[in-house]
Amino acid sequence: MTLLQIIFLLTAAVILAAAVQVVTTRNLVHAALWLIVTLFGMAVLFVLLEAGFLAVVQVVVYIGAIAILIIFAIMLTRRVMQDTGSQTNRYWPVALVIAVLLLVGIGVTVVRAGLREDPPAAVPLDNLRTLGLYLTSTEFYVVPLVVVGALLAVGMIGSIAIARDERQE
Amino acid sequence: MIPLSWYLALAAALFCVGVYGVLARKNAVAILMGVELMINAVNINLVAFWHYRTPLAVSGMTFALIVFAVAAAEAAVGLALIISIYRRRQTVVAEDVNMMKF
Repeated sequence: MTLLQIIFLLTAAVILAAAVQVVTTRNLVHAALWLIVTLFGMAVLFVLLEAGFLAVVQVVVYIGAIAILIIFAIMLTRRVMQDTGSQTNRYWPVALVIAVLLLVGIGVTVVRAGLREDPPAAVPLDNLRTLGLYLTSTEFYVVPLVVVGALLAVGMIGSIAIARDERQE
Repeated sequence: MIPLSWYLALAAALFCVGVYGVLARKNAVAILMGVELMINAVNINLVAFWHYRTPLAVSGMTFALIVFAVAAAEAAVGLALIISIYRRRQTVVAEDVNMMKF
């Protein structure tokens, strides 16, 4: 077993343990902190996959923005839940069965697909430059980039409009 | 070398944990956290397949980047909706917001 495999297994164990905590912890602030642990583990995986840029984006966007946003929302709405009573609805055993069945289904599909396990080619060192060129080239991905930018703008304006308190005006 | 199937197994497990969170949690913010877990599992798959199959192209990374942006928009709109519901109805329990239920 190589060092990389040991790092992967440790990271995977941390990610899975933290993810289970995210969906089972009663205290939602703790759940959000476990979510941050999961997201950090994901950044480690991106580094293992030689996608350093995505690891940075993961830390900046997910941990820096989305996780903070979620913690904000939890604290703004904390009073009603008070972390008392059941945090799961009455159908949680059904949900567990569905999740396990889904896991089995995905596992069977992956095994039956018969993946080739050949070692990957080396990632070129200037692939970040290539990514930038492709994202701004009209022959490649400039339309998806603009569309996703428009989606983000619409999302931000929409969330401001939705969350605005109309009674104070 | 880490086998590709390890990444797929981890992503599948993470996705199913997210599915359980979405289906079982009462609190709407916790449901959104389950959705984030699922999005991250898909992102692992995208980047793993890029790294093992087409590392010379950048299409896999582009895909992952777009998923990041969509996840950010989703979190912003979802949390805005939750805060708006909390303002009007004083609840964040998904079961209590059932006025559009058939």
